[in-house]
Amino acid sequence: MADYVELMGFGPKGWGLLMAQAALMTIAVSATAFALGSALGALVAWARVEGNRPLRIAADAYVTVLRGIPDLLVIYLLYFGGSQALTALAHLVGAKGFVGVNAFAAGAIAVGIISGAYQSEVFRGAFAAIARGELEAARSVGMSRPLLFRRIIVPQALRFAIPGLGNVWQLALKESALISVVGLTEILRQAQVGAGSTRQPFEFFITAAALYLVLSTISGLGFQRAEALGMRGVRRS
Amino acid sequence: MDFDFLKETVLLLLSGVPLLLQLSFFSIAAGALFAVLLALMRLSGNPVLDYAARSYVFVFRGTPLLVQIFLIYYGLGQFPEIRQSFLWPFLREPYWCALLALTLNTAAYSSEIIRGGILSVPFGQIEAARACGMSRGLIFRRIIVPQGLIVALPAYGNEIILMTRSTALASTITLMEVTGIASKIISETFRAVEVFICAGAIYLILNFAISRAIALLERRLSPQFHTPALAAAVAERA
Amino acid sequence: MMGSGSNNQPAVSARNLRKRFGALEVLKGISLDAHEGDVISILGASGSGKSTLLRCINLLEIPDDGEVVVAGESIALRTGRRGRREPVDRAQVDRIRMQVAMVFQNFNLWSHMTVIENVIEAPVHVQKRPRAEAMREAEALLDKVGIAEKRDAYPAHLSGGQQQRAAIARALAMHPRVMLFDEPTSALDPELVGEVLRVMRTLAVEGRTMLVVTHEMGFAREVSNRVIFLNQGVIEEEGKPAELFAAPKSERLRQFLSSHLQA
Repeated sequence: MADYVELMGFGPKGWGLLMAQAALMTIAVSATAFALGSALGALVAWARVEGNRPLRIAADAYVTVLRGIPDLLVIYLLYFGGSQALTALAHLVGAKGFVGVNAFAAGAIAVGIISGAYQSEVFRGAFAAIARGELEAARSVGMSRPLLFRRIIVPQALRFAIPGLGNVWQLALKESALISVVGLTEILRQAQVGAGSTRQPFEFFITAAALYLVLSTISGLGFQRAEALGMRGVRRS
Repeated sequence: MDFDFLKETVLLLLSGVPLLLQLSFFSIAAGALFAVLLALMRLSGNPVLDYAARSYVFVFRGTPLLVQIFLIYYGLGQFPEIRQSFLWPFLREPYWCALLALTLNTAAYSSEIIRGGILSVPFGQIEAARACGMSRGLIFRRIIVPQGLIVALPAYGNEIILMTRSTALASTITLMEVTGIASKIISETFRAVEVFICAGAIYLILNFAISRAIALLERRLSPQFHTPALAAAVAERA
Repeated sequence: MMGSGSNNQPAVSARNLRKRFGALEVLKGISLDAHEGDVISILGASGSGKSTLLRCINLLEIPDDGEVVVAGESIALRTGRRGRREPVDRAQVDRIRMQVAMVFQNFNLWSHMTVIENVIEAPVHVQKRPRAEAMREAEALLDKVGIAEKRDAYPAHLSGGQQQRAAIARALAMHPRVMLFDEPTSALDPELVGEVLRVMRTLAVEGRTMLVVTHEMGFAREVSNRVIFLNQGVIEEEGKPAELFAAPKSERLRQFLSSHLQA
């Protein structure tokens, strides 16, 4: 036990600092991916609800494809595919060798695209949950469409979306671990490095697991709080 | 479009499908058994069992599958007790480690689905069964399982699809299922987009087949919901 | 036919039943005997403990104190871990429940089985009778309650009155010594109440032992041979229906009757 504390501590031989930094990286890449996913998800949800036929088909295809293929493949596509494209471009302007896409960018975009598919489902459900009656009331007092969207639809949709978004955030947190395969130094990669260096994989991966649990628990509490705030004044059926 | 390359790639990738199916099938089956146990532990009324099951589910749903895989594959080998035990021939093979990790992971998610199915059976029907003198085992077998299954099926079908997707992570510990082969081809030929399309197509076709099978099963298992009026309404909507 | 007084033992006997839910004591020492052929109506306001009393007899609720005796056999109870009351022998409870059939307010038919499968379920799987025999009898029972043509329908496709009659057939299929009816018509639309009461009347005339918790005053007055009025967990008044309805002795019963009878 004492060995473990020394191993993970913040002393001279301890990996604590590096693991903590890796945790920050995990949060950063997950948050970036989640934000991207929100923007995409909202757009796709709108396309599925309000769009014309080709748009709806495209949106449906996007959701089906991204929920059906392994996330690892998407990460490979963006990292290796992106690197190939970048390398080809670089060669065009005379550079030599391999140009790699930034791992953070590739990872965040990949997880973001996947997250967008899930978030679009959440938003679609949230739009549908808004009572028709409230929209009719707003229209009958003469609200214009943009105003209706801004003042009635968005606040209500956000409120209903919070539980679902909480789940999707946890998914993004866990998916960020996959970005380790393309070299980003987040929690899992750092754990791998430490494991390889000290030949103590168990301690490092247990620590990684614990870190993820802590992050997901704190996030869960945060979302519960947000849900409570959002549900103020709503009578539970 | 280089059709020759695509054809070659698809053939190579298809050779990984048997391994993919093995990993999915066995982990889902074993995971289901374990999940029933966990669900029963949570519903047993015994606080110790409930807490144990809840903790298990919390840990396995709160940590990434990849971490679980690495823990089992790299982490367990650290202990001499394990290396000298009868389990070692299994636990040092990536195949068994992946299978174990996938099983433990799906058990956690599935147990919640199964628990939801069991709880969905209207309590009045259980009371009626008790009032007839049915033992608890009989009630579970004749009343709860048939109805709980129908409720749990959509969510469970979703879980099956997620699991087949998750088998891709086995490629990180050298297993050559579809994603493993795909990443090898990408690193050799640098043609990420084409390989991605081929591999993605294989997974999508697999998922499609699975969803159809689940939908069929759902229809077969729930004749009580198919009234003539409902059938007419469905036909009208289609 | 039902036992014709060959033994003087009551079919069902409740002695000094007490039951509390949390801080609320719902049954405060209730005793009653039901002999073969008795049709007892149990009346009372909501919260008076009527349903709880019925549910104590087939142990869907476990009394905190007191004794339940079915066909001369006393159900053994004890205080188990964590201070909860529980049966000593589960198998005894299951056995006794085979003789005490219950018809619920909300029918509680098993929705994944057809009507006839509902009726044969207990005979075949609990009483271990041969399926063919159970089927034959089930068809006769469904005919008796008037829904023979619905044998292969699912409960969801039936009206409330039909479901309740199916539930009665299911109860009859167990060859019970005693039938418990827990507000059998309270969940039915008014025009469907009659068909269920008609079936219950037939059973009473046949000589079945029935304990009926009900708000149907007509049934209580005309079909039952005894009426029990419960108030706040005790038996306020009991006796023959003619006496109770014509000349209620207690003030509460008077109030109850006047608010429930509309000519």
